Amino acid sequence: MANDGSGTFNMTAGFPAAPDEPVYMDNNATTAVAPEVLEVVVPLLRDHYGNPSSMHRFGARAGEAMAESRDRVAALLGARQSNEIVFTGGGSESDNLAIVGTLYAHPDKRHLITTAVEHPAVLGLCRDLEKRHGYDVTFLAVDGEGRLDLDELRGALRDDTAVVSIMMANNETGTLFDSAAVGAIVKERGAVFHVDAVQAAGKIPLDMAALDCVDLLSISGHKLHAPKGVGALFVRRGTKIRPLIVGGHQERGRRAGTENVASVAGLGVACELAAANIEHENTVVRAMRDRLETELVARVPDSRVNGDVDNRLPNTANISFDYIEGEGILLLLDRIGVAASSGSACTSGSLEPSHVLRAMGVPFTQAHGSIRFSLSRYNTPDQVEYVADALPLIVERLRQITPFNAERATF
Amino acid sequence: MWNYSDKVMDHFMNPRNVGEVENPDGVGEVGSMACGDALRLSFRLDDAQRIDDIRFQTFGCGSAIASSSILTEMVKGKTLEEAAQITNEDIAAELDGLPREKMHCSVMGREALEAAMIDYYKRLGRGVPCDLLQKSTILCHCFQVTKETVKEAIMTHGLTEIEDVTNYTKAGGGCTDCHHDIADLIRDCQDKLARGETADTAGLHQLSELAPPAGAGAADREGKIRELLSSDISVALRNDGGDIEFVRCQGDAVYVRLTGNCAACKASDATIKGFVQAQLREFVDENIEVIEVD
Repeated sequence: MANDGSGTFNMTAGFPAAPDEPVYMDNNATTAVAPEVLEVVVPLLRDHYGNPSSMHRFGARAGEAMAESRDRVAALLGARQSNEIVFTGGGSESDNLAIVGTLYAHPDKRHLITTAVEHPAVLGLCRDLEKRHGYDVTFLAVDGEGRLDLDELRGALRDDTAVVSIMMANNETGTLFDSAAVGAIVKERGAVFHVDAVQAAGKIPLDMAALDCVDLLSISGHKLHAPKGVGALFVRRGTKIRPLIVGGHQERGRRAGTENVASVAGLGVACELAAANIEHENTVVRAMRDRLETELVARVPDSRVNGDVDNRLPNTANISFDYIEGEGILLLLDRIGVAASSGSACTSGSLEPSHVLRAMGVPFTQAHGSIRFSLSRYNTPDQVEYVADALPLIVERLRQITPFNAERATF
Repeated sequence: MWNYSDKVMDHFMNPRNVGEVENPDGVGEVGSMACGDALRLSFRLDDAQRIDDIRFQTFGCGSAIASSSILTEMVKGKTLEEAAQITNEDIAAELDGLPREKMHCSVMGREALEAAMIDYYKRLGRGVPCDLLQKSTILCHCFQVTKETVKEAIMTHGLTEIEDVTNYTKAGGGCTDCHHDIADLIRDCQDKLARGETADTAGLHQLSELAPPAGAGAADREGKIRELLSSDISVALRNDGGDIEFVRCQGDAVYVRLTGNCAACKASDATIKGFVQAQLREFVDENIEVIEVD
């Protein structure tokens, strides 16, 4: 018994000891750099440090690394041409380049459309464009499972809509938006369609040659086992964008600045690995996620899955545990060697729970107790069993000290 | 990851006095699940009118649980009059500090204690001795905004909509339970404004209305300092139940006076150097030295 009568409550009584290797299930936040990626990155930092623009062997070597990586990224995205790939400093920069670069290229159009559940890189940018730059922005709503209403999109499109930015996969719930269906509607009205695929790339197959309604698509290195600080923007041939960073010819004038060669090369290898593992992700990783989710919901009373369960990334489980608060769960998970994240307000410092769960109409009471597990190919079935065994103990313990329960949910 | 002190982690991992007191003399409940924080505190007095047993139940983050736990240890054995002297700053100090974003957890502890004491006097059918109560009443529990802060914002800026109040003070931005109270305050304050009263005559602080002196150079710099003190810095401190007043500038030295909870706070030096000075250095001048005066 955690409450031994002496007055001190032992929060972790009976918990398993943390395993030697921590269990990392926060891959939608960031991922481990793949060993194969490190092997390529380190020599480029240490030995082959040339500037790709230079007229000597150092430069040539770096230039080759850039070209090879561009081919590999294009292959993962299913792009027709490698020169449709622009390397950037990460997912947020890709999103900014896509949206602002399009607005620069279409100065007469003053309207944008996005959704209420985008990543802050897009949401924050759109709010800024609205507040500080006088653009009109439509934020599309989602239903209780995080799905869009395509009729609302149809009604929102205008002649002066410059760009529609709608993510492919939600980072918090894994819910997928149908980019083909969205894009078909957008193209009818002639707007530019940008897709934030930061969470989707490497987890579900992408085929930009076939998905020809998508003009711009963002990816991030560190979400797919490449280093942080590198990303790419797919810019379909014929799409007009203006650069945000000027003062150099790099990336064919679309992004000035000496290239981050080592990380770019790492991104290429990571994309190649992701392409090779995409089936594994959708079978083995999916099965582990399903097992974890099914077990937790079965073993923990008053728990539920958030998101569109039939239409999701294979690696993400977002589960709400009623009557307790997410930060406590995370602190106790960390104590037993498990890394996850929460949509709770307390973990963000903002005092407000996840904007995604709120947009879905998930009550505050459930949003505060939501935990996201996001798996990767480096997780094992044993780790899943470990978490499925341990988490119910954590929830039970925190429920022993909360004033709320099924009979009394309010004061 | 929050930078919690060892003491916060100890009181989270091994919370003291969890549960409910049987046959309590007083029970205090504050917060709600919607707010993300809630605390139920129950106590019983012994024959000498000292707190003999006190227990808590908390819904909230690690620092909320730790604040509740340490509060029970701090008040055990004290009379209600003694316990009432404990401020939220004392709770935070006893935990070797809380991250600034988590100070509201200590406020919740202080509030629950007050609510439990009020309940005690109610049960006895007696009035509550007013020196037991803190001056400020929390209106919005989600964001720990006091009634005074909301009033001041309405009076100073002539606010008429709840949304405006939220934008100015954060009050009402969470569970919306307090929207009714905010609407009442707007009505009261608008009546006062219609009668020609101002924030000044209503006895409220008016730091935000201090006009920066005209002129360039030193005066301009002072204007920027005053502006920052009365906007961002003041709002942040008011969330913790305190506030700050500009006294004067002399060279690089900026003299300020802390008021409210901040004035009595053991961590006021950290507030001055770690927050106020850092803000002024970032936005006005790298060389600024902030000095607190009484």
